[in-house]
Amino acid sequence: MPPLLVIARLTIQEASRRRLLLALLILTLVVVGFSAWGFNKITTLSRSNGTPLPPDQVALLTSQLLIVVTFMYSGVLALSAAVVAGPLISSEVESGLLLSMLARPVRRSEIVIGKWLGLAVLVTIYAAFAGTTELAAVDWATGYLPPHPVELLAFVAAEGLVLLSLGLLLSTRLSGITAGVIALVAWLMAWIAGVVGDIGTGLQNQALENVGVGSHLLLPSDGLWRGAIYAMEPDTLIAAMKAFGTAARANPFAASDPPPFEFLAWVVVWFGIVLVLSIASFRTREI
Amino acid sequence: MAELAEKTEAVASREAAAGTPAVKTVELTKKFGRTVALAGLSMTVPRGEVFGFLGPNGAGKTTAVKLLLGLLKPTSGEGWLLGKRVGDLGARRRIGYLPELFRYQSWLTAREVLALHCELAPLPRAAWKDEIKTVLETVGLSDRAQDKVGTFSKGMQQRLGLGAALLGEPELVFLDLLSEVEQVCDRVAVVDHGRVIAEGTMDALLGGGTAVRVRVTGLAQADKNKLASFGRIDDEGEQLTFASLDPERVPELVTEIVAMGGRVYEVAPRHQTLEDRFLQLLEDEEK
Repeated sequence: MPPLLVIARLTIQEASRRRLLLALLILTLVVVGFSAWGFNKITTLSRSNGTPLPPDQVALLTSQLLIVVTFMYSGVLALSAAVVAGPLISSEVESGLLLSMLARPVRRSEIVIGKWLGLAVLVTIYAAFAGTTELAAVDWATGYLPPHPVELLAFVAAEGLVLLSLGLLLSTRLSGITAGVIALVAWLMAWIAGVVGDIGTGLQNQALENVGVGSHLLLPSDGLWRGAIYAMEPDTLIAAMKAFGTAARANPFAASDPPPFEFLAWVVVWFGIVLVLSIASFRTREI
Repeated sequence: MAELAEKTEAVASREAAAGTPAVKTVELTKKFGRTVALAGLSMTVPRGEVFGFLGPNGAGKTTAVKLLLGLLKPTSGEGWLLGKRVGDLGARRRIGYLPELFRYQSWLTAREVLALHCELAPLPRAAWKDEIKTVLETVGLSDRAQDKVGTFSKGMQQRLGLGAALLGEPELVFLDLLSEVEQVCDRVAVVDHGRVIAEGTMDALLGGGTAVRVRVTGLAQADKNKLASFGRIDDEGEQLTFASLDPERVPELVTEIVAMGGRVYEVAPRHQTLEDRFLQLLEDEEK
């Protein structure tokens, strides 16, 4: 097996042996169970005159609640990715674990890419597993499925990968705690900057709008989150928002347009840039 | 005649390949900011030799090893391992390394750590089983092979590290140890403040001299000064240590002291240890 894949396998093995996977599995099942119960309650709601809610209103409520639940999932994933990636390289440099491995014919780039790959596999599997289970539970409880489930999972996974990549880049230079905290703060700031940008769009203020665009380019996590929201919104909701005009856009849990193709292309480039920077940074680090 | 010539040539070319020194450095220098960690190390270590690199903490021993293994980049100078330039990926094949600060994946078993190093070395997969078995027996960990490294004591982890360094019968092994192992060395170099201050075989370094300690009272300072003809004296009041004295001259020394009116309680000749010699070298350096 080439060194890159050995390192990736080792990263997955560590997460598994340290029971991180088990903890996430149990937590996810608990959340899915609770939310299924909650979603099921929506179908039993009635109006003040005692008649049950019409199906389109159930779908609307479900879609809104699903967006909030998904926000929690994407938050857990982003948080976990940042916290796990932050010490991925730095802690092994500090402890001396990498010394004996780097004395083998292994390139520094193979360590960086291998670790990224291992964690990326975990993030993707978690997003796919948690997302599918949650959607299946919602479908069972309410009969509602979001219009674009595959895109939804892809966007949530990609947001996790963004945080993973940022954490890993910081990990080549900073201590694990510092790298993790910076990645988390950056993620929250990008989310807030996205809201600021939306307010700019709503008020048709170019300067505020630029804050949103700039933050989406710098750290595409919020842009990807908007993609996930769009994938969850029923057509009726999108039509209603569009009819309401730009003011409806100042909402971090709503998206009236899908992410433009240019943005998605930029995300691919962004991953490339961050990985190249990580390799360059680790290559020049003295151990 | 022709056959003989051919044979000679074959032997010569084989010798040329085997004749590249295990380690060769030319003016290898490392600075961290203003601190000089290693100041122009030039040395050649032939193959098949146990070479000791000795010196106080912070003298530059670990820095030299890390430079040779490509873990640090030299500020200036060059080095070769087994004929390959330091920093080359190829230079790190057929090499074993036990770091000073050693730690191995605590979530792996001893056998898995060794298998990981077999894979990275890289050794052919068919050879792993026998290699691991041999190495575990060598370092006395056969009965703990299936236990997690996290349960090992520091000493056992060091033995595991030694085992990892010996996998695949490497042509060159670096052991960065804290303990004093100079007894096993064929040749040693003594470093201090990043410079080699003495180099040679143990016998040549120690010079075969004997240190003689005399416990005596009743000697005036002037008398002690006169005794300088017996060599350098370490004067600690009642304890006089003659750093290097021919054992044949001990009776003569005692006679002289008694003649001066000194009262001799104890005369203890002992072979000069490397530590004695080392302190002496450092003292000479400071003058």
